Amino acid sequence: MNTLRTISTKRIWLTVSVFLFGLAVACQSSKEPDPVVPPDPGPPGGGIEYKPTPVTLRKPANFPDVIYNISQNPLTVEGVALGKSLFYDAQLSRDSTVSCGFCHQQFAGFGHSDHALSHGIGGKFGSRNVPGLQNLAWEREFFWDGGVTSLDELPLTPIQNPVEMDLKFSEALSRVQKSPKYPAMFKSAFDSDTVTTARFLKAISQFLLTLVSADSRYDKYVRKEAGGDLTTDELAGLALFQQKCSTCHATDLFTDRSYRNNGLPVGAINDQGRYVITLNEADRLKFKVPSLRNVERTFPYMHDGRFTTLEQVVDHYRSGVKDSPTLDPALKVNGQPGIALTDIEKRQVIAFLKTLTDNTFINNRDFSAN
Amino acid sequence: MKNTSTLGLFLAVIITLSVVSCNTSDPVFDAPVPGKMQLLFDNVAGSADLKLNASTYQNAAGESFTVTKFNYFISNLRLRKEDGSEYVVPQNSSYFLIEEEKPASQTITLNNVPAGKYTGLTFLIGVDSLRSMADVSQRTGALDPGTNNGMYWDWNSGYIFMKLEGISAVAPAAQNNTFFYHIGGFGRSTVKINNLRTVTLSFRNDVVNVQMDATPALRITTDALKIFNGPTQLSIAQHPSVMFDTFSTNVANNYVQMFSYDRVQAN
Repeated sequence: MNTLRTISTKRIWLTVSVFLFGLAVACQSSKEPDPVVPPDPGPPGGGIEYKPTPVTLRKPANFPDVIYNISQNPLTVEGVALGKSLFYDAQLSRDSTVSCGFCHQQFAGFGHSDHALSHGIGGKFGSRNVPGLQNLAWEREFFWDGGVTSLDELPLTPIQNPVEMDLKFSEALSRVQKSPKYPAMFKSAFDSDTVTTARFLKAISQFLLTLVSADSRYDKYVRKEAGGDLTTDELAGLALFQQKCSTCHATDLFTDRSYRNNGLPVGAINDQGRYVITLNEADRLKFKVPSLRNVERTFPYMHDGRFTTLEQVVDHYRSGVKDSPTLDPALKVNGQPGIALTDIEKRQVIAFLKTLTDNTFINNRDFSAN
Repeated sequence: MKNTSTLGLFLAVIITLSVVSCNTSDPVFDAPVPGKMQLLFDNVAGSADLKLNASTYQNAAGESFTVTKFNYFISNLRLRKEDGSEYVVPQNSSYFLIEEEKPASQTITLNNVPAGKYTGLTFLIGVDSLRSMADVSQRTGALDPGTNNGMYWDWNSGYIFMKLEGISAVAPAAQNNTFFYHIGGFGRSTVKINNLRTVTLSFRNDVVNVQMDATPALRITTDALKIFNGPTQLSIAQHPSVMFDTFSTNVANNYVQMFSYDRVQAN
């Protein structure tokens, strides 16, 4: 009796499964193919198992809320490794000489040390200073003029720029697809060995998102951690900074992510900055306020790298600010352009800025080329 | 016994669910089966067919030129019914890049169009702000910012809505006598220009009947000369290169008039 019931139960379950399967097939056939978002063919991936290991995006306690939508691109060990491999791969430039890491050097806070203007393929130069890469999950817009609105789209620009890596993006995808090592890496990161724009870009984003700099002496000081001792001069510099600089270099990201004209005399390049993106007269000569983290390492300074030392930078704010219709109001207190600082105060502010150097970040082997 | 009755109940639920979930394709419970509609974009230059790198055309400014590239985005299609109601083509199936160099791109097929009688069509030239800013995985095919044949600005995130390039003796020698019109800009944040334009076409006295077994094909004529000849007379000599700048809105205001309904052909 028991055996009989078991058999009949099994038969019923079988019938149910067959019915459900038929139902799924029947319902599917009424769906129309989508011309814009074609279904992923998901080819078999050469025996690689898709078992990604999740990675948690580090969110330091002293940082504001993250902007990047991590739910659209959850970090995994495999995705980060793939992104890092792409970041350091010179194949992504036309003549295979320039990788992302060529201009974004870890020891320089992922800026290009001692290069005022970006230096790309064939000895060509761009018109702006290479921005450092750090804490990108907290950025809303990218580049000095904020022209790019998503971290995921950022790599399209340097790869295709004729004076940077000068490679058509479709060619970059095709080189990666044909490479012996990448299809397996895509399979383990995204469960498909097909290299698509979205997967390629999101892998690089994953690596970039791990570049969190939050272990400087200043960070340890504000988080009351060991090693967070500041000298008298540095503390005085911090107080001056909070009083005179933190309107723009706000929060522990040291930028309010706005675009401002900081009174630099217009250079020969005549870069109009944010105006090029918005076409608003009010945005002429405005550039994104850069973070000051690792600023000791990211010289030269300003959008065109015109200053090589922090002393020159502070001197600009003390006596070099040029008035113009779009000069930032914060730099024109009481009708007088610039920020008043004595020589001692200048020294103290610079001493404080050097507490933002994050040696843990700069020496982290996880971020280095293998 | 208890087991069997549970299973019986379960089966009943499944059958009910099946009827409910599949009822969009069930003629007994729902409206008639949807059909398809095709739109054929026929690019012309005035009264002549548009031919790349071949024929010479003349604009209202009296300038002769040849065309080497002509692409544009059509999106957010809505079909107007005889009763005044509208069928909105689903977002994910409503972006098309028409390229003169790719004849297959000039025919677009709208699937799952509710059966009925249609009298007009509305669409956007370009890509709306929401889709322009969407996650990159939501932008594939013609919307792939990395591989869509140069219809994306990677330095100023956004699609190029209309691209016309050509050669004219009046274009500067320093540009190799080439001219470029790359028009885009969806007006994000504080950006001053917004070149998204909406086109509404009436099928005149035609009533286009979509049925399960009838796929009407509508011919839409796109006259590239209208890019030059409109509210602003565009001169190649004066404006040999218009891209992301304030003048580009004049070009958009011209090309919004380049589409016209030609005729319907039954298939």
